[in-house]
Amino acid sequence: MIRDITIGQYYPADSILHRLDPRLKLNGTLIFIISIFLFNTFYGYIAVTIFLASIIKMSKVPFKFIARGLKAIIVILLFTMTFNLLLTPGDVLLQVGFLKITRQGLHSALFMGIRLTYLILGSSLMTFTTTPNQLTDGLERLLWPLRRIKVPVHEIAMMMSIALRFIPILLEETDKIMKAQMARGADFESGGIIKRAKGLVPLLVPLFVSAFRRANDLAMAMEARCYRGGEGRTKMKPLRYEGRDGLAYIVLLAYLAVVIVISIFEDRLPVIL
Amino acid sequence: MQIVFDNINYVYSSGTAFEQHALKDINLKISKGEFIGLIGHTGSGKSTLIQHMNGLIKASSGGIYYEGQNIYDSNYSMRELRSKVGLVFQYPEHQLFETTVFKDVCFGPKNLGLDKLEVELRAYEALKMVGIGEDLLDASPFELSGGQKRRVAIAGILAMRPEVLILDEPTAGLDPMGRDEILGQVANLHKEKGLTVILVTHSMEDVAKYVDRILVMNKGNLVMDQETRKVFARYKELEEMYLAAPQVTYITNELKAKGLDINTDATTVAEAKEDILKYINN
Amino acid sequence: MEMVKVENLAFEYIRRDEEGNVESINRAIDGVNLDVKKGDFIAVLGANGSGKSTLAKHINAILYPTEGTVWVNGLNTSEEQNIWEIRRSAGMVFQNPDNQIVATVVEEDVGFGPENLGVPTDEIWQRVEKSLEAVNMLEHRDKSPNKLSGGQKQRVAIAGIMAMKPECIVLDEPTAMLDPDGRNDVISTIHKLNQQDNITVILITHHMSEVINADKVFVMNKGQVVLQGSPREIFSEVDKLKSYRLDVPQVTELAYELRKAGLDIPKGILYVEELVEALGKIKR
Repeated sequence: MIRDITIGQYYPADSILHRLDPRLKLNGTLIFIISIFLFNTFYGYIAVTIFLASIIKMSKVPFKFIARGLKAIIVILLFTMTFNLLLTPGDVLLQVGFLKITRQGLHSALFMGIRLTYLILGSSLMTFTTTPNQLTDGLERLLWPLRRIKVPVHEIAMMMSIALRFIPILLEETDKIMKAQMARGADFESGGIIKRAKGLVPLLVPLFVSAFRRANDLAMAMEARCYRGGEGRTKMKPLRYEGRDGLAYIVLLAYLAVVIVISIFEDRLPVIL
Repeated sequence: MQIVFDNINYVYSSGTAFEQHALKDINLKISKGEFIGLIGHTGSGKSTLIQHMNGLIKASSGGIYYEGQNIYDSNYSMRELRSKVGLVFQYPEHQLFETTVFKDVCFGPKNLGLDKLEVELRAYEALKMVGIGEDLLDASPFELSGGQKRRVAIAGILAMRPEVLILDEPTAGLDPMGRDEILGQVANLHKEKGLTVILVTHSMEDVAKYVDRILVMNKGNLVMDQETRKVFARYKELEEMYLAAPQVTYITNELKAKGLDINTDATTVAEAKEDILKYINN
Repeated sequence: MEMVKVENLAFEYIRRDEEGNVESINRAIDGVNLDVKKGDFIAVLGANGSGKSTLAKHINAILYPTEGTVWVNGLNTSEEQNIWEIRRSAGMVFQNPDNQIVATVVEEDVGFGPENLGVPTDEIWQRVEKSLEAVNMLEHRDKSPNKLSGGQKQRVAIAGIMAMKPECIVLDEPTAMLDPDGRNDVISTIHKLNQQDNITVILITHHMSEVINADKVFVMNKGQVVLQGSPREIFSEVDKLKSYRLDVPQVTELAYELRKAGLDIPKGILYVEELVEALGKIKR
């Protein structure tokens, strides 16, 4: 189950996208996300689709792998789409009993579907091409100005990277504890929701105890290695923009310009739906 | 035969690039009341093997029989199997979760659906077997020392009154005395209650001291299954599998290589002492 | 000057209830004196709860003395301005390999210490490479720590300390969670660092076989140093060691038993060859 979720994973490959600076990719994702919420007609999505398709191609990540990320949200996706389809008032296209499908409903359901799908595709493409470390480094640098308003940027980034380090360890540990309790006759699979929730206590308590013990050990080990927060720290792998990043920023700005122009003029084009 | 493995294979992540053949054609018979040592290099398949014995892992092919019954039969109760084949995992103290020692030990028997009186009786008895005194029954398990926690965790399995007790590295991280205490108690249970015991360990000295028969795993294969001294006599083969014999085996063999006419069977200090004195006084 | 000097050290763990009243006092260390010369390989033996880990944490200034004084490289650990220099010069390796690796890539973890010290980027790379080489882990530099064995993880942890250019490494039961292979790897690695880089090593353990090549062994029991001397001297005291919840390797015990039975065998045998030789000399 958990293994099926590909969102947030890193997919190692040698592509231009993998080599770009994480700050650029974070900014690019932000611009992309804004762009998909910019339009009310389908014209805009032609540009978005071309853009998305070309970066997917460039990333060298197999489309099948990317699409698997959608599996995790398929329920939410269908749910929102159905709601939009059935509950939007407007010009009725079809009526079955008390269920009405309106033109406006169809319109917003389709838009919602496209937006959510593109949102997942775009943002998971970023994580597929960026290692977790680069991602936290990028975030730390982008959020750096927020330090002035007392946001603990370094600490947040450090927490994220430690979480990334320990998630696989804790998952493995969960499996071990589960087996150990099953060896004592525990049952995690049957029973109603209350019985199941109660059944989780023998799993969660040891897991928390272990997580706290690990946190304690790690804090001590970090202090023993002279860790004292972000002040005065240097970086083994500092982020540096390269020529290709500049080029990518230009492409990104060009894309932004195109989508803005389309969003201004889209109302003057013939209505499709 | 209490436990029979019939041509067991276990393959995980099959069909992917990570495919691993963790167990290969394992055939094994274990009778009631045996004390068996299971040794092998890390990753040799020891843990996978023992988890088959109580059904936590299901074999990819082959059959496992407990007291003559196929555990993979659709109407076979896994829960009952797990109560009869008690498995103590490595660092079992990590599974403690209750507010008191006593309640934690009650968890196993309670899951068997026994009535309260019986559950408490068994928990009480199990704690006594591992030498946890009455003064600690109401203590929080998290406040005990490392050795005590481990014994409470073992009691948690014993309280289900298993017929087979499997221990995965039960002495890891304990000091020498703590190690001897736990193994001594296990040996006692074996002797007094007739429990079948399977001890998984990296310590050849422990194996030599307690077990009658050794299973050696290497790369998913069961490569040796013989009585203790016969396995250690093959110490050169063991070394090829990154294992070793107890130190005394090397002592007696080197003495023999020097031309001393000495028995090389000894695996414990007491045996070696006897053999050497016998030779000298002869 | 000594690398580490411990004088009349006592340490108490104080437990308080919710109102802050003292509930119990546990005197984990009770009057310890100890000198470690530069370049020495020292082993501290003791059963669980003997106070040996508490002692180790004093040398890295993670704990401060309740009574007495600890000097590391001439710096008093109780003086706050010394802490960071002490932690740099006396690095510490802990028991659980997983719980001391910070980064998700081996080389980045080794770089963590130098980053904290503010070492310039180019030099971090040099130090990381040299340290990984020293523990024979250079080929694994790009891997995730989760893909390594326990022994390999401990060697990464040692490299992480080496990258801070310490004079001394304190290892707190570094092999307790490892298999025999990993244990041998770690022990031979620290012997190599001790001999080639002249790093002072303080090894805390309860595995007797790991201390036979140490320069000096301290045995702790109930917060006190109860025995000290060369491994040979320590291992002649078989009965005493057993009373401190410890034991000796099989060969030492066998030699001791045979000696007790009247055979002419020297005290404190450590190696199989020694015993074989001694037995070979005995006339029937």
